[in-house]
Amino acid sequence: MSENPVLERIKGEVDENEVVLFMKGTPVFPQCGFSSVCVQVLSNLGISFKGVNVLEDGEVREGIKAYSNWPTIPQLYVKGEFVGGCDIVREMYESGELIEYFNTNGINVELANPE
Amino acid sequence: MPMDAGTIESMIKESLPDAEVTIQDLAGDGDHYSALVVSRAFAGKTRVQQHQMVYQALEGRMGGELHALALQTSTPKEA
Repeated sequence: MSENPVLERIKGEVDENEVVLFMKGTPVFPQCGFSSVCVQVLSNLGISFKGVNVLEDGEVREGIKAYSNWPTIPQLYVKGEFVGGCDIVREMYESGELIEYFNTNGINVELANPE
Repeated sequence: MPMDAGTIESMIKESLPDAEVTIQDLAGDGDHYSALVVSRAFAGKTRVQQHQMVYQALEGRMGGELHALALQTSTPKEA
């Protein structure tokens, strides 16, 4: 990873937290429809995660796009790996793939309202 | 300056000539679209890579001029 301090900071967040959602707003108060969809999906699965509010940090807001070569926010990372943005997270959630992904990565899933 | 659906479609087809592109304007403001892109070029690629190929075709407009593009990608046989 280059010595770019912003990319280093991002890498730190992604390495130190099992599940990280770079988002607009906070998990309690998402400030963008796409970010709140991702927060909803993660809470439905009972996943604890770190929310990084890019609206409070312009450098990270731009840096994260270079870090993952992904042009939009939100961005979900699990154990250091970029999973996707809102479309992909929602598609994986709806197909059941996301639960499988968390399980194979040793992340505890607690369905909020198991059918 | 928002983008129109036709421009989005032609840009995608320029880099993915075989692509079948279906675009819906979600809000009528030229800023919120959904797109289904089917192409053989996606074969063997992860979803993230497939979406990155589409974003590349849009030459940096994604997240800028084009605020929201709800994207779905697949190879022809899955469609």
